[in-house]
Amino acid sequence: MTDPKPPSFQELILRLHNFWAAQGCVILQPYDVEMGAGTFHPATTLRALGPKPWKAAYVQPSRRPSDGRYGENPNRLQHYYQYQVIMKPSPADAQKLLLDSYRAIGLDPLLHDFRFVEDDWESPTLGAWGLGWEVWCDGMEVGQFTYFQQVGGIATVLPSFEMTYGLERLAMYVQNVERVYDLDFNGQGVTYGDVFLRAEREYSAHNFEHANTAMLMQHFADAEGECASLLGHNLALPAYDQCIKASHLFNLLDARGVISVTERAAYIGRVRTLAKSCCEAWLAGESV
Amino acid sequence: MAEFFLELFSEEIPARMQAKGADDLARLFSEAVSALKPRNVASFYGTRRIAISVELDASVPESRISERGPRASAPEQALAGFLRKHGASKEQLTQEGDFWVLDRVVPGASAAELIARAMPGLIRKFPWPKSMRWGSTSPFTWVRPLRRITAILDGDVVNFDLRDGDDAAHGLHSSNISEGHRFLSHGHFAITSVAQWKEELRTRHVIVDAAERRALVETGVNALAAEQGCTIADDPGLLDEVAGLVEWPVCLLGRIDDAYMDLPAEVMQVSMRVNQRYFALRNADGSAAPYFAFAANIAAKDGGAAIIAGNERVLRARFADARHFWDLDRQTPLADRVEALNKITFHAKLGSQGERVRRIEQLAQQIAPLVGAEPDLASRAAYLAKADLTTGMVGEFPELQGVMGGYYARNDGENPAAADAVRDHYLPKGAGDSVPTAPVSIAVALADKLDILAAFFVIGEKPTGSGDPYALRRAALGVIRIVRENELRIGLKDALVNQVSRVRESIAYANLSKEYRDIEEASEKLGRDVPMPARETSRHRAAVYVAQEVMQFLAERLRVQLRTEGARHDVLAAVLAQGIDDDLVRLLARTEAVTALLGTEDGANLLAAAKRAANILRIEEKKDGPHSGTVNPELLMLAEEQSLIQCLDKAEPAVRDALSRENFVLAMTELASLRAPLDDFFANVTVNDEQPDLRHNRLRLLARVRAAMNLAADFSKIDG
Repeated sequence: MTDPKPPSFQELILRLHNFWAAQGCVILQPYDVEMGAGTFHPATTLRALGPKPWKAAYVQPSRRPSDGRYGENPNRLQHYYQYQVIMKPSPADAQKLLLDSYRAIGLDPLLHDFRFVEDDWESPTLGAWGLGWEVWCDGMEVGQFTYFQQVGGIATVLPSFEMTYGLERLAMYVQNVERVYDLDFNGQGVTYGDVFLRAEREYSAHNFEHANTAMLMQHFADAEGECASLLGHNLALPAYDQCIKASHLFNLLDARGVISVTERAAYIGRVRTLAKSCCEAWLAGESV
Repeated sequence: MAEFFLELFSEEIPARMQAKGADDLARLFSEAVSALKPRNVASFYGTRRIAISVELDASVPESRISERGPRASAPEQALAGFLRKHGASKEQLTQEGDFWVLDRVVPGASAAELIARAMPGLIRKFPWPKSMRWGSTSPFTWVRPLRRITAILDGDVVNFDLRDGDDAAHGLHSSNISEGHRFLSHGHFAITSVAQWKEELRTRHVIVDAAERRALVETGVNALAAEQGCTIADDPGLLDEVAGLVEWPVCLLGRIDDAYMDLPAEVMQVSMRVNQRYFALRNADGSAAPYFAFAANIAAKDGGAAIIAGNERVLRARFADARHFWDLDRQTPLADRVEALNKITFHAKLGSQGERVRRIEQLAQQIAPLVGAEPDLASRAAYLAKADLTTGMVGEFPELQGVMGGYYARNDGENPAAADAVRDHYLPKGAGDSVPTAPVSIAVALADKLDILAAFFVIGEKPTGSGDPYALRRAALGVIRIVRENELRIGLKDALVNQVSRVRESIAYANLSKEYRDIEEASEKLGRDVPMPARETSRHRAAVYVAQEVMQFLAERLRVQLRTEGARHDVLAAVLAQGIDDDLVRLLARTEAVTALLGTEDGANLLAAAKRAANILRIEEKKDGPHSGTVNPELLMLAEEQSLIQCLDKAEPAVRDALSRENFVLAMTELASLRAPLDDFFANVTVNDEQPDLRHNRLRLLARVRAAMNLAADFSKIDG
């Protein structure tokens, strides 16, 4: 909008990579396990614990099965990209860095209405919470900013700053596009719809109608069992993979509507137990 | 006199915590330096700061105090302890009588010293609802990272830091520096006084006075609405909230895309309010106007064009989501959703929403004929009442429960009266809400509330002084208002006994309150001696007991309500002392009649005489009472006695008759006829005659007076 030619979707990612790389972040690639949010990536969940400083940034495909809309909603997706930044300890100028990153992708705070709106972040499945804000631009949430206070039920000794950008939403804003599928993906004629529309339709049908719930329940139990067994061998990272899987399986079951309110809390509790054990195992391995 | 100014500058403070934070700062500071006699305390807050300005004494002068120590005869240890406590030596003590006395000089202190001493502890223990750590291993917490402390006394910095043992507390220390708007101003500025701080901030695009910000927003959005020939939908809570979200309010107007104007007005308003903090606009005829107003926090370079375009786009996306739910929800009739309520827990001990709906259906059907509603319609409406809980729209916006059900029921072709009842059965939700007036709506609304009351009393979850997690007070008040405002003649007790029984049958025995189980068991034992089926009797007894408890609760709420309306507390006590009339309209009529009687001269005098009679009886009954029983006419020697009993013989049946016809005014008039003969009686008759026969008989006469008065109300509860 301020840019004469707004960045394409991939250009946006590249600019964020460049910006955060310049701040000393390790630029990672997406984690190869399905997950609901970039926070689940071990580079955030596990690295937020303990006293070692850490800075990383990465794109994480995020799956929210119940947000699927068969490709018919202009801005809800069951699969989308989060851009995730973690800096430990949180820098004193975190808010300024963040605003600079928005400038880098073409959003001028003197032309737009940026706000920091209260957001008490909590992940019951990860046993994690933090305080921070939703970052709003002209009434739209363009990011989530959190100072981690606890992860896996363990207090963070060195609180991290976590920033999460919803990339599609941000890109729609920057490109002035009404439908996510109309986003310019590469600046050379390929749209987001070309890449993802069919997937949204098919996965929505999968998530809501066809996913085999008996199998998913079995997989959940398997992942839970495997996680416990791996923890028995002090293999925190492989065990944590199983925890992430269990969490995603739960999300799928939830989307299929086969989990009652009471069961829901129980499932979340089971994932949280896994997450806590993995976090404890990770910390124990760090201090060796 | 000195002027002190304190600003705590942080990253963005949650809007809902700002005002309370500023107030807490003012209060805690005043307490901490009370020796300086703080006065004219003003507090300020904004998105990134809380601040106070205070006038106080420039210093506390030196003072002397005498501390009395142990007795001279006390053991050595006691004296040693006293000396240690005050850091004194024995030579400094003098002896006064039996006691050691230490004369101490409390050195004077300047305001700066006292403030510097008090501030670190105050800040470290500040009562934010939720605080956090950041940036280092420091355990110091603040609502969000605290970045700067400004402390100025008459233009000079009051020096202190937050260091605490090993904790450097991020190196935070006081200074004279502040800053303005996050985007519209640059750099810092030095503060010399409160007035200069406010003016500097204004030039740096920050309004620190919350009331001024609120007024700016209110004026701003109203002016924008007026330009379109519209008004802002009234929402004072939203004004307060928005005033806390901006430092420099700039009001702007956006347009709602025509494509969404067919969404229900309630959906649009809730979506705008909850998600976006936008103000909804109304046309002159009250319908939804295709605009929204909002406050930005910045005067943008382009006059706000990009901001408006952005917000309009966000709203389109929000409404697209709402439309998705609206369209999807209407594909499944409400009736087909009822079954899913069986899977939604209402309360762990009370089972599912489905069970609750079945109970409400039965009660609504029972109440319907009493309020002029078609029982089948009431039952149908109750059946559908909670089905919207399974819709996407209510999942997204819980505050639209009922409202959406009403829309969807109409869409399904349900009877309009049933659809309205689905919509209105949660009413009244608060003091400002109107109550349902259509018969079917009344039946369902009452059934909904009476079921909640019955259900939670059955499991022993009664409200306590400090907690009412299930909003039972609100439910009780709802019942009272619906009955009063519609002047419903309905026996609530029957309804409650039935509903308590239904709840009892629908939940597991173990979930009943212990009290409930005890009563059932006790009754069951009793029941063995009576010919009725013991089980039925005991259950019924327990149900009656719990229903009575609910009635007591309703009566208490009614009493509180009437008190706030200005009713006399003693009249309420007198009327309610007879046990609760479960016909609230009758209870109110009685209350009014008693109040009116006491307002007349006859009434006031009658009351005095009746009280005298009651007092005599109380005293004499302690000696050799009770003195009930038939008055012997042959022992009535004096004319005054005879005329009093004649009057009683006439008044008693007349009062009874008037009461049975609920003509309370007439009943009071009849009672008032007792006044003259009673006055004469006391003027000329000695009750405690030497002859025991006469005394007893006269006491029995007074007992009759008391009984007659008690027909209407317990007058002993009346003051005066």
